[in-house]
Amino acid sequence: MVDRLRPYRELIGSRIRSQTAYRRSFALDVSGSVMVGLVEFAEVYIIFANVDALGGLDFAGVALVFALAHLTFSVADLIIGHLDNLPTYLRMGTLDAFLLRPLPVLAQLVTSDVSLRRFGRIAVAMIILAIALPMNDIDWTPARVALLIIAATAGTAIFAALFLAAAAVQFWLVEGREFVNAFTYGGNYAASFPASVFAVPMRAFFTFVVPAAFVAYLPTLVLLDLPGPVGLPQWLGWCSPVAAVALWCAALAGWRAGLRHYSGAGS
Amino acid sequence: MFVNGFRRWATYRLALAAGAFTNTVFGLIRAFITVGAIGAAGGTLAGYDAAAGVTYAFLAQALIAPVNIFGWDELAQRVRTGDIAVDLARPIDPQLAYLAADLGRAVYTFIPRGVPPLLVGAAVFGLAMPTTALPYLLGVVALVLAIMVSFAGRWLVNLTAFWLLDLRGVLTLYVLGSGLLSGHLLPVHWFPGWLATAANATPFPSIVQTPIDIVTGRAAGAEALALIGVQLGWLIVLLAVGRLVFAAGTRRLVVQGG
Repeated sequence: MVDRLRPYRELIGSRIRSQTAYRRSFALDVSGSVMVGLVEFAEVYIIFANVDALGGLDFAGVALVFALAHLTFSVADLIIGHLDNLPTYLRMGTLDAFLLRPLPVLAQLVTSDVSLRRFGRIAVAMIILAIALPMNDIDWTPARVALLIIAATAGTAIFAALFLAAAAVQFWLVEGREFVNAFTYGGNYAASFPASVFAVPMRAFFTFVVPAAFVAYLPTLVLLDLPGPVGLPQWLGWCSPVAAVALWCAALAGWRAGLRHYSGAGS
Repeated sequence: MFVNGFRRWATYRLALAAGAFTNTVFGLIRAFITVGAIGAAGGTLAGYDAAAGVTYAFLAQALIAPVNIFGWDELAQRVRTGDIAVDLARPIDPQLAYLAADLGRAVYTFIPRGVPPLLVGAAVFGLAMPTTALPYLLGVVALVLAIMVSFAGRWLVNLTAFWLLDLRGVLTLYVLGSGLLSGHLLPVHWFPGWLATAANATPFPSIVQTPIDIVTGRAAGAEALALIGVQLGWLIVLLAVGRLVFAAGTRRLVVQGG
């Protein structure tokens, strides 16, 4: 097992060395990533400069939803977000090289790039989470601690599956890269706010089709022991692993179909 | 240059449709958040009722492509590769040539990228738009000025390529800062005092907040004209500084090869 992982360790190691070689560029990249987290949180901050509640949650509650969504999204982005580059690989024919190597294509793509700058955004999300958790009046039981860990893991898996599904679609839509942003980045945006603000059809879409509500809002309902809005009972907060597994099955099936559909760049 | 800019962007149809789709989805999410916040504030927030808030959210999405909120690094790339030498050899002013091409791009993208979010917004929520002609006429003026102010700002940021080799960090910071301070995420009128003061000290509200205020009729009459005056002021200042910096950059530019 250790031997089989060695090529991946080598690949990631080389990526890390190459990114930190230019210190000032790297520092600017990390501060850019920190700014992404801060500017997106500014939206929550500005709203609560005007009102006391949004979708039935107070500032501490929405900050918790935001932090969970951003933490899971940015971790998934670090691990697998560079699948975004697939259209470039498809156009340039780089994917053909991956297909020739005796390693799984997906594993090669995942290890082909690890953007260390994304740790900036992860750090912002963790700081907001560390501030938001004690701000909320949570009755900590072993079950709630477990739920928080399950939600963070399943949330990361959900976003990773969204990135994978988005990449799979690119095999058919080479020029339509921005189309899938609606589901990956849009999913992150929808997950960062209480799903109770959406009208019922949209709430159902961002729960049962793109399971954004499972990432942060539904687990937060359980943590704060609040009733959910119409169509979203509190117990759904425990079901984020189910959503993650279902989405992974769909995404993997799509990825395999996409690879089979791919017939080379003609180069 | 204007016509070529227009034609160049007309060739990427699928990319345009994809962009319009994504802008629309974000518009829907933001519209619901806006309505939720206005509802929590008791029906109006800083003068926006639910209909005005939704209209703002969709107009801000419709403006993304025309004013190029998500950045532009073409000039920086040309400086880096040395292609800028070709621009310098042409018998036309580079800044005005790029400005004309950018206007062509903006006018073209307004219909395929701007109209779909507005149509969906109108169908799902209904938009609160004025029924008289004047706000639209002033709105067109404000929109053209917004595109030019946005261009002048991007031109300046791109010029840092004369001094820095890697621009990604600088461009990211610019896109994030201008996105927030222009009112693209939420209206500047919602900002807490210190942030609103900071935003209004920059040219960024002239890019998103001002054209929306004018076309929706929130700012009318003398107020609208004053806002257009502010846009003009920023445009002149930014273009002038852009020329000085460009001249300084070309003096230290060395392009290799022949």
